[in-house]
Amino acid sequence: MNILNYSDEHKAFRQRLRVYIESHILPKVEQWEMEHIVPKEAWKKMGQNGFLCTAVSKVYGGMGGDFRYSAICIEEMAKTHQSGFMTLLHSDIVVPYIESYGSEEQKQRHLPGCVSGDTITAVAMSEPDAGSDLASMTTTAVQDGDKFVINGSKIFISNGVNCDLVVMAAKDPSIENPHKAISLYLVDDGTPGFKKGNTLEKLGMHSQDTTELFFTNCRIPVTNRLGEKGEGFVMLMQKLQQERLVCSVWGLARAEHVLQWTIDYCHEARVSGTRLFDSQSVQFALAEMATQVKMSRAFVENLVAEHMEKKNVVVETSMAKYQTSDMVNQVTDRCLDIIGREAIDEGCPLAREWRDVRVMSIFAGTNEIMKGIIAKSLNHSSETL
Amino acid sequence: MEFQLTKSQKEIQKAAREFAKGEFDKDLVLEMEKQQSFPEDIRIKAADLGFIGMHWPEAYEGGGLGMFENVLAAEAFCSKDSSLGIALMLSGSASEYLLHYGTDDLKSEFLPKVANGDMVSGSAFFEPGEGYDLTGTSTTAVRDGGRWVIDGWKTGVLNGGAAGFYCVLCKTDPKSASPDGFSIILVEAERDGITVENNQDKLGMRMVATTDIRFQDVRVPESHLVGKPGKGVKQALALNDQNLILVAAMATGTARGAYARALDYVKQREQFGKKIGQFQITRHKLAEMALSIEQAALMTYSAAWQLDRRKKNQAMAAMAKLSACRTALDVSSEAIQLLGGYGYMTEYEVERCYRDAKALMLFEDNPIGLKDAVATGVMGRIK
Repeated sequence: MNILNYSDEHKAFRQRLRVYIESHILPKVEQWEMEHIVPKEAWKKMGQNGFLCTAVSKVYGGMGGDFRYSAICIEEMAKTHQSGFMTLLHSDIVVPYIESYGSEEQKQRHLPGCVSGDTITAVAMSEPDAGSDLASMTTTAVQDGDKFVINGSKIFISNGVNCDLVVMAAKDPSIENPHKAISLYLVDDGTPGFKKGNTLEKLGMHSQDTTELFFTNCRIPVTNRLGEKGEGFVMLMQKLQQERLVCSVWGLARAEHVLQWTIDYCHEARVSGTRLFDSQSVQFALAEMATQVKMSRAFVENLVAEHMEKKNVVVETSMAKYQTSDMVNQVTDRCLDIIGREAIDEGCPLAREWRDVRVMSIFAGTNEIMKGIIAKSLNHSSETL
Repeated sequence: MEFQLTKSQKEIQKAAREFAKGEFDKDLVLEMEKQQSFPEDIRIKAADLGFIGMHWPEAYEGGGLGMFENVLAAEAFCSKDSSLGIALMLSGSASEYLLHYGTDDLKSEFLPKVANGDMVSGSAFFEPGEGYDLTGTSTTAVRDGGRWVIDGWKTGVLNGGAAGFYCVLCKTDPKSASPDGFSIILVEAERDGITVENNQDKLGMRMVATTDIRFQDVRVPESHLVGKPGKGVKQALALNDQNLILVAAMATGTARGAYARALDYVKQREQFGKKIGQFQITRHKLAEMALSIEQAALMTYSAAWQLDRRKKNQAMAAMAKLSACRTALDVSSEAIQLLGGYGYMTEYEVERCYRDAKALMLFEDNPIGLKDAVATGVMGRIK
């Protein structure tokens, strides 16, 4: 299967990243998991080596790479037995907002730092009372002279402790239609009135500095609005296709990695002198899982190709996000069953994988939201598939 | 058949629920679970109230009740708090071998101490690289002048480091390659030559210690043999049904706890202008969860009921464990999903149910081994 036709340049890039991961990331993972954060230095090094924001235009210090470079970064990072170092969130989800909707001044100010790793970004949408129902957010931004005054709080913000720059959504309380009241804003770390909460304790992704963000009379220059007034909801919707595609590529690559690890384990591990792989039940389980990931790969790669052709594949991307995230959970769970007693031990890398991947069915729009989008597309009498 | 709990069973269930409600403190558990430690005072209180060794004869300070009552307590405890409930119910685990196979002297010496909360007991059966297979045991026990001399390396030792004594599966007939060359020997924790190491960092069941133990020239009296020489593996397997049923009860409770938390949440959480519990899809998720819990509970009760009536049904015990652990996993996973981002957060507890459910699934035996057991039970071996 060769849907994406990776060039020699792509392949060399992947190889370079693999070498980098081997020496600069894998040895640090245990420490990051314990410290519940990836140090800023690691971000900078990643940037200096050209592995952040590959899509950013050369004008702003990037390499102007196509989405295949993004996919390579996501896939290789998916094989590092950690999810905390969320370069994909920064490179392929948050920074694209700035490059797509930012003013020339905003782009010049922020993008070079994003590429070099000096600026770590986060995106702040969810609120304590507004999760799936994003339009019900209550954080407000009110203009006061040449400033916007922001009040409210955001929750489950990845890179929340590390972030130097936040792309956040807030409402103009004077506008009633919630879809037209939301605009996006850029808030720099250190702005008075902007506070970061403590790292949230969670099932997995222990090296990820997920936190709450608080805005109390936080004043930002009016020039910090990202894009047009009231266009926030539209911009969010436009970017969700790529966000969910990123999640799909990630989930799929993790499933492949977990399955490969388990296959290798089944060849090596022996119980009473018999290889685990010699159990017919194990063989069939592996066969079923291999089929699942191969089918997903064909679908996802096709989507990547269509996304690169700038096609509207929102519905198919919702399908992919839902299917890959559920699939990686099923695969990981079954792999633990095969390994057995030893998989309960956190020393087994799959124990962490199992804890980490559970969130994939929840973030970037829960799978229930995905199914709602898919169902809506089927609400016609003919030619719905 | 009388398809309801007896008055006394209802009282036990109520007492267990009240005990858990009164004693299991969420903040304490969140802290201790992280540290992999256990509140000793709760175990002692539970023992005082007779929740440890409920099914042991009164002669050994047990409750003189059956496995069924034990199941009710396990379910009630784990429903309130899976991590604490599991640890509490497993504190007497190795004592079961003693109860069933030990001499009167050994039973009188040790069982009352466990039932009274003075000590917990640990089982040292598994060995590194042998999975769930007991016949791969290479720890040896050799007779030497009225003593057993034990040497070897055990892993996954339940209550390792915390126990007052261990039941250790040893190879006592080094020449025999058959399953008849192993014996269970009771070893007190304070014997010379015992090294507890590598307290396992587990994904779930974190309030029960599981460790490695090295035995180097450990000497115990010959009278510490539990059961018949050479029959250790057979004895361990014979008690397996009981272990699996207890796990099934803990898993059923874990599922109930996750269900209750999810139900609370969907009743109060509003999105899109209504309670999320008003969406049909949410209601059906709760329906599936309830359905699965009822199935698991009935199977677990049935297996325990049969066990109490000495009806040997290996398949039933394995089915109950498989069904209840699947239920615990599915229900707690769905609870996480219903709570969304909050579900993934430690504070909301359903993630802990999910971790405990997975650990229970892989504890004692995995689905492959369980299905082997069910198949053998229901279809025998085809020749």
